[in-house]
Amino acid sequence: MSSPRTVRHRLAADAGLLVVAAAFVLPLAWVVLSALDPHANLQVKIPDGVTLDNFDAVLTPDITFTPLLNSLLLCGGATLLTVASAALAAYPLSRYRSRFNNPFLATVLFATCLPITAIMVPVYALFVQVNLIDTMQGTIFFFAASQLPFAIWLMKNFMDGVPKELEEAAWTDGASSFQSLIRIVLPLMGPGVAVVTVFSFVMMWGNFFVPFMLLLTPEQMPASVSINDFFGNRGTVVYGQLAAFSIIYSTPVILLYVLVARRFGGGFALGGAVKG
Amino acid sequence: MPPSRGDHQVKPGRGGVRRPLTRALPLAPSLVLLLLFLAGPIAYCAYIAFTDLQLTGQAHSSFVGFDNFTAAFRDDAFLNAVWLTLVFTVLSSLIGQNTLGLALAALMQRASKTVRTVTGAVVVCAWVLPEVVAGFLLYAFFRREGTLNAILDWLHLPTQNWLFTLPILAVSFANVWRGTAFSMLVYSAALGEIPKEITEAAEMDGAGGWRRMWHITLPMIRRSIGTNLMLNTLQTLSVFGLIWVMTRGGPGNRSQTLPLFMYEQAFQKSMIGYGTAVALLLLVVGSLFSLVYMRLLRSEA
Repeated sequence: MSSPRTVRHRLAADAGLLVVAAAFVLPLAWVVLSALDPHANLQVKIPDGVTLDNFDAVLTPDITFTPLLNSLLLCGGATLLTVASAALAAYPLSRYRSRFNNPFLATVLFATCLPITAIMVPVYALFVQVNLIDTMQGTIFFFAASQLPFAIWLMKNFMDGVPKELEEAAWTDGASSFQSLIRIVLPLMGPGVAVVTVFSFVMMWGNFFVPFMLLLTPEQMPASVSINDFFGNRGTVVYGQLAAFSIIYSTPVILLYVLVARRFGGGFALGGAVKG
Repeated sequence: MPPSRGDHQVKPGRGGVRRPLTRALPLAPSLVLLLLFLAGPIAYCAYIAFTDLQLTGQAHSSFVGFDNFTAAFRDDAFLNAVWLTLVFTVLSSLIGQNTLGLALAALMQRASKTVRTVTGAVVVCAWVLPEVVAGFLLYAFFRREGTLNAILDWLHLPTQNWLFTLPILAVSFANVWRGTAFSMLVYSAALGEIPKEITEAAEMDGAGGWRRMWHITLPMIRRSIGTNLMLNTLQTLSVFGLIWVMTRGGPGNRSQTLPLFMYEQAFQKSMIGYGTAVALLLLVVGSLFSLVYMRLLRSEA
């Protein structure tokens, strides 16, 4: 079926893509190879002997377990808060017509795009004044708020896709709107809720600036900040261990992404952002 | 909240009486969070940008009007940060992420499935990695004893200490590496929606690849281009961790974009008021882009 011309085009496209892929893969290859290399340095090279010593060395409470647990607490807590608030907020926005809906949604969309980095200095100053600085709960609240506009926007779009008829049947049977949200709407938009949850979690897991500004004591630091210690406090950098830790820290988000992308298609998070 | 208009639904719950307030109640948790932790800091930002608040002795800050802003525009370090932010945004977002993303998406339309999948996976992997990890990987790549120089050496090309001689270029490349996946996904979706008949008809009429791209494909996806450019730019304006890990804004201040300048003024030099004035400017620029983005979305609907 394919003419020589389309074959030639395909080969050219393949070659082009492979060149880009090779350039992109080099930094990734470094982290994987170095983690297994007993004598890792800054170059991509075939290890002179495969070892798991680097992983052994970093799998201590101090280096890995406490920061990861902190990350989990921080991002897990904030994700729960974000998803719960967004699901509740999306319900009236999706179900009832009111003249406040459009201005509210416009504000939310506007806030989605604001550079959160810019407000970290005033947030720090504010947190100092209200004694929320260096607290897990303060950081969780801010994280949730920063993720909330996008979460509400996505959640509302997904909720619009659930037909109203099923709910109306439940209402005639005497269910309250809260019950119909929990029992009918949310289960029907399960994939949507999963996307919002995973997206929020992944964004926060990788965020460096927010915990870097709002947390001070080393014992509370999540992995995104504690990874800096490999450079600062421990003297000479052991690159193999840095690579091993990078892999351990990155694995959860990559797995979550693959899980969601597999089920809901590649650009899962883009549906709400680009189509509006 | 006043009663809602044009509402003809069956009212759930007791009695069937209209209760707009009860209806709006689910919005409460979000509203509280957004007002306290997002709108609050933004308002506070707009306030302290006009004061001389310092990290030490916070009780004695006073209102200084536009002093912070006039000082900024006279400050060479600030102007340097504005310039570098511009360079960083144009190089990495407008040119790098956008063009490379479009090129990848266009090539993927024709490539074989395996190559498409492999390339997509690699590019997306760079995007999904946490910011700091991406920073380290690119740091290792660009360091004097890193991979890039090893390759150049092997090709008998001159090597350099990239992070020292061309730091802004190095962090821009890092941002391209990290952010291209987004554009690639946006453009893949957009190109996928162009009906095959149109491109085939153009091909029949003898339009070559470049002309088809320029006269047919690009006009058809111009809205995706617009929204993608806005989102890329906003993303790039707020990059902090990537640059922080790779260069700390240095050497000197040769890769110090506005977020890093803001951080340095507020914390290393303890001038919160001044740092916040810079933050406010960044916020205003971000808001303008955000408004343009909303405009683009509306015209699309």
